[in-house]
Amino acid sequence: MTSEAIGSATKPRNSLAHVKAAGWGKGLNTLARITRMNLRHPWQVAFAIGSTIIAATLQLLIPQLLGRAVDQTQAAFAGGEAGAIAEQALWISALLLLLVSTLRGLFTMSQNYFAEAVGHHIGYELRLACYEKIQRLSFSFHDQVHSGDLITIGMLDLEGVRMFFSTGVVRMVLLTMLIGIGAYLLISTDLVLGLLALSFVPFVAWRSSVTQLKLRATWLDLQERLSVLSRVMEENLGGIRVVRAFASQAYEMLKFDRASKNALGLAHERVDIRVRNTSAMTFSFFFAMGLVLLFGGNKVIAGEISVGRLTTFLTFMTILQMPVRQIGLMVNSFARASTCGSRLFGLLDMDIEIKDAPDAKPLEISEGTLRFENVSFAYPGAEGRPILRNVSFEARRGETVGIVGPPGSGKSTIAHLIPRFYDVAGGAITLDGQDIRKATLASLRREVAVVQQDAFLFTTTIENNIAYGDPWAKESRIERASESAQLHNYVLGLPTGYQTVVGERGVSLSGGQRQRLTIARTMMLKPSVIVFDDSTAAIDAATEQRIRVAMRRFAKDRVTIVIAHRLSSLMHADQILFLENGEIVERGRHEELLAKGGRYKALYELQVRPGDQIPSDEDGSAG
Amino acid sequence: MAQGHAGEMEAERNDVRDDGGRPPRAVVGSHRIEEEMFGKAFDSNIVKRIWAFVKPYRAKVIVSVAAVLVFTGTQLVIPLIIRYAIDHGMTPGMVDRTALLLAAGAFLLAILINYAASYTQEIVVGKMAENVLFDIRRAMFGHLQKVSLSFMDKTEVGRLMSRLQGDVNSMQEFLETSVLSVGDIALLFGIVFVMLWLDFRLGLLTLAVLPILFIVRLFWLPRARDAFMAAHETNSVANGALAEAIHGVRAVQSMDRQQVNFVLYDDKAHANLKTHLTAAKYAQVMVPIVDTLTGIAMAVVIVVGGSMVMNGGLDIGVMVAFLFYIQRFFDPIRSLTLQYSVMQRAMASGKRLTDVLDVRIDVEDKPDAKVLSPDMDGSVEFKNVTFGYSPKHPVLKDVSFKVNPGETVALVGPTGSGKSSAMALVHRFYDVQQGQVLVGGYDVRDLTQESLGRQVAMVLQEPFLFTGTVFENIHYHKTEATREQVIEAAKAVGAHDFIMSLAGGYDADLGERGGNLSLGQRQLISFARALVADAKILVLDEATANIDSYTEMLIQRALVKLLEGRTGLVIAHRLATIRGADRIIVLQNGRIIETGNHAQLMAKGGLYSKLYNLNYASFDDIPEEVLEASVQNGSRT
Ligand SMILES: Nc1ncnc2c1ncn2[C@@H]1O[C@H](COP(=O)(O)OP(=O)(O)OP(=O)(O)O)[C@@H](O)[C@H]1O
Ligand SMILES: Nc1ncnc2c1ncn2[C@@H]1O[C@H](COP(=O)(O)OP(=O)(O)OP(=O)(O)O)[C@@H](O)[C@H]1O
Ligand SMILES: [Mg+2]
Ligand SMILES: [Mg+2]
Repeated sequence: MTSEAIGSATKPRNSLAHVKAAGWGKGLNTLARITRMNLRHPWQVAFAIGSTIIAATLQLLIPQLLGRAVDQTQAAFAGGEAGAIAEQALWISALLLLLVSTLRGLFTMSQNYFAEAVGHHIGYELRLACYEKIQRLSFSFHDQVHSGDLITIGMLDLEGVRMFFSTGVVRMVLLTMLIGIGAYLLISTDLVLGLLALSFVPFVAWRSSVTQLKLRATWLDLQERLSVLSRVMEENLGGIRVVRAFASQAYEMLKFDRASKNALGLAHERVDIRVRNTSAMTFSFFFAMGLVLLFGGNKVIAGEISVGRLTTFLTFMTILQMPVRQIGLMVNSFARASTCGSRLFGLLDMDIEIKDAPDAKPLEISEGTLRFENVSFAYPGAEGRPILRNVSFEARRGETVGIVGPPGSGKSTIAHLIPRFYDVAGGAITLDGQDIRKATLASLRREVAVVQQDAFLFTTTIENNIAYGDPWAKESRIERASESAQLHNYVLGLPTGYQTVVGERGVSLSGGQRQRLTIARTMMLKPSVIVFDDSTAAIDAATEQRIRVAMRRFAKDRVTIVIAHRLSSLMHADQILFLENGEIVERGRHEELLAKGGRYKALYELQVRPGDQIPSDEDGSAG
Repeated sequence: MAQGHAGEMEAERNDVRDDGGRPPRAVVGSHRIEEEMFGKAFDSNIVKRIWAFVKPYRAKVIVSVAAVLVFTGTQLVIPLIIRYAIDHGMTPGMVDRTALLLAAGAFLLAILINYAASYTQEIVVGKMAENVLFDIRRAMFGHLQKVSLSFMDKTEVGRLMSRLQGDVNSMQEFLETSVLSVGDIALLFGIVFVMLWLDFRLGLLTLAVLPILFIVRLFWLPRARDAFMAAHETNSVANGALAEAIHGVRAVQSMDRQQVNFVLYDDKAHANLKTHLTAAKYAQVMVPIVDTLTGIAMAVVIVVGGSMVMNGGLDIGVMVAFLFYIQRFFDPIRSLTLQYSVMQRAMASGKRLTDVLDVRIDVEDKPDAKVLSPDMDGSVEFKNVTFGYSPKHPVLKDVSFKVNPGETVALVGPTGSGKSSAMALVHRFYDVQQGQVLVGGYDVRDLTQESLGRQVAMVLQEPFLFTGTVFENIHYHKTEATREQVIEAAKAVGAHDFIMSLAGGYDADLGERGGNLSLGQRQLISFARALVADAKILVLDEATANIDSYTEMLIQRALVKLLEGRTGLVIAHRLATIRGADRIIVLQNGRIIETGNHAQLMAKGGLYSKLYNLNYASFDDIPEEVLEASVQNGSRT
């Protein structure tokens, strides 16, 4: 599977494009899937839809009752002798009207509540699913997808899917009922007048759907532009020190303005589209109303219909006005759910590249021997660029392997392969003879700990950060880990000690403090293999020595891999690997490598030669 | 009450925690509570501040308010026209066709005006709101470019982003709705007026339902508001936790925290569900109440109006008009209720926005600040500098040293001793508490920050790269730098080869924060960026910490020419890096304890020589007492 993957220049695969591309095409499938999710709450769905039907029916009764009341009044007014009966009838109409209104209110409440409840429940389920998926997706996915895009999916797209039931499905039922039955009633009472009253419906329905689809399409575009804008802002704020260091505020404002103008222009266009549409819709509605008034009035004059009936017609029209305008919103909701849904489901269905094999077993560690067997590797998405080539080495429990090499030679990559952050492309990595790809991921990650080169610290207390990998730990253990990492004294000096909240990504710490915190949190784990990836670069030699002393106890029971540029950090290793361009070019103990007189020796010389031996042309330019 | 509810729920969930499912020391997401969630619905101060942004568009505001009033007027007139048509055109017995035609004509005119007014108002308001939104955001972003770094250190990017986006958006919503509110209020008063005008008694009777509504709302409002706010807050808490999971996913996976985090996140998502359901209840409970009141009002009109008609005291058309008005009557009330919560949210947002705009700019150019010319000598001097991030805990204490033009001086010392902080002062990221920092002979506080920044280039300890190509990153804001200069800089730092190996070379896209490069490579690029900036003073804060000594030596060789005549300030823990410096300053606990060149310091046998020896000597060779001494020296960092 592997050697082909390396040499051949496969097309870079961009997962984000993948996620986005899924947005088109299979809209119906997406809607069906959302509906299936909704149906997992059958009672609430049933209550919502049932209430909708009843509420719509009741709402349609209101104009009838009003019309009746007006007719009764007029009848009573015309024929004086029936006055008493009419008055009674009026009372009945009034009470009926009150009853119907109240009931309608109650059922509308239940309709809205249950519709929202369904939405919130699937919102909850989707949130969990999303969170879990994002947590589990492998590094290669996160390398290729910008965090801002994931945030958009997890927040905005999720809303679109969540709202589908209330703003799409329930509204559709409501609109079908109101418009369908309303139209039937109108036409069946008086064909011509009914058709006139409804004349605005097709126009408005069509206009608003077209507009909403247009808005939808531009919405995606706008979203794109806004995400550029938010990226500009986010990177500016995240890299504020760089911005300040280069006094480039003016340039950053320029970047901001460009992105901002770009989005603003489109936002204005969208306002135009929207407003042109709503005003035209209102106009067409009122126009139809005017026609009904004119023709209906003529009919009343001709004695064909009563004033009450005309009132019914006009009332119906006011009732229909809202639902007809809402057709557009409903269409929008469908379109939104299908685009948002396919992006969201695209994420949820994303294959997790690194996962347990079907026959995966928990790792069983006895000897605790780590072996690299002819490992080769290239980063997913850049398969044309081999990063590791035929890397082999072995380390037994208690042993330390040191890795040195120029930047980009693949040292961190080795560190990433052991806990299976990425899978090797060729060869194998084994722990006690078990291929790590055959072990369960949880057991592997428990056995392998990596102190990462640019570690992420959480915005929480120092204590919580240290205990991140073992939140059940006792306080004493946390302190011990912190002592071993030479952090304890510093923390005690802080006004709030271990409860001090470290700023975002640890900004309020010095470089070395950050690294020591990272070391401390790794010391909380009890792995069989521990990798220190350049994790003392910002720590002075004395502090580092003390860390190493503390570590000696720790290292006895495990394999330790130390990646470092400062040779004093790894000169005591049982084996030192010199990596260059992904290949081990020299290996052996410190003395052996010195004796060999190769690259390692050159490096050593550079680091230990006393100052006066440095050729003068390097002087004065310590940059 | 919603609060109480949330409280109960918390307690219930806490029980679960006790049975061992939830670890004691674990949280997801930032646990700082979003401040000032429960604001007033109207805060004149905030309104004033927001008004400042609307002011440039006041002509438009006037036009749109006028349009809204016209629009409302036509809304009011339409039922009157219908009434006219019924009463004068089609009353049995006194049919009048011209009246009907007249009514139809008036109707047409009314809806044309209605159309024009609504179009004008919505277009004007819609665009204005967008403009104001972008203006506010620009003002905030611009302000954030100037506020002191100590504010930025304390504030999470995510929090600022939510202000720049969420809060700004709710201001937009607010602007749009407040114009509509004007219309709604006008409509409400208009309807009341017309009803009273049509028939005073019937009007009064109908309006009698209003006090009931107000009393109900009086009870409803505070609870509903709490419920809405709680929903809003749990939502942002859950979103914050999600954002953390996305940014910190690598740490989460490497420490296998997925399971625990999932359980914790479930708590937050569940709280979010609960509060939203509660909020939905509160939002919906008003529906049947309003509908019942509508029903009562209509019943009153039918019974009372009906009997008045029968007595001949009322035209039937008036009764029909009343029925129309009642149906329209509750619309503005309903939307005003909605707008009230929009308003409230907007006030909370407005508060947060003005908070950002009000962050004091501690580090500011003086009115008569001088421009630091590129011809200045490039000297840097610290005169008795005392500085701390919080005034009580000084990080630098009475530090004095001078770097002469063209000299290279190294800063050495245990971690946390204040080296990076000292460099931050050269750039005036922060202001000193005592003493002075002089660049080119001028106190940095007397210079414009812009010109200072152009003359001091820094390679920061944490390399930060922007999304974009390699070229854009190295080039950065130096518009006059050519592609050749960029390539030359990349070659000088030894980055050229690996850049060329990327698909696309200099035009290869970098991942988020340069994630598809190794850390050393990122450092090289940020080094190259500092070279392209072409400044008189170069500050290298651990610029080669993640780079091997061989590559480093190549860089040093290449730099000799590039840096001729420039002043260098170098920080390094790997002492080999700074061995060649003209002078070495050893810092400990924020104090200078030694200065001299390498040979002098070695001869002195102080901290430097100890550190230096530790640097290369085998651990076993170090006598215990040296180690002991260094433990004592170093541990109080
Ligand atoms: N932004 C900040 N806010 C608050 N405290 C800070 C901030 N930056 C640094 N500190 C504190 O100031 C002290 C000095 O930090 P500084 O970064 O200057 O150390 P340093 O000498 O550069 O150390 P290192 O070698 O580890 O990078 C440390 O105790 C650190 O915790
Ligand atoms: N996520 C990634 N996607 C694509 N390429 C990557 C990724 N991470 C690293 N690389 C590339 O792989 C190569 C090896 O990187 P690695 O991080 O292993 O280097 P390293 O030896 O640790 O270097 P350093 O000393 O700078 O830390 C580099 O050329 C780098 O550009
Ligand atoms: Mg690395
Ligand atoms: Mg530092």
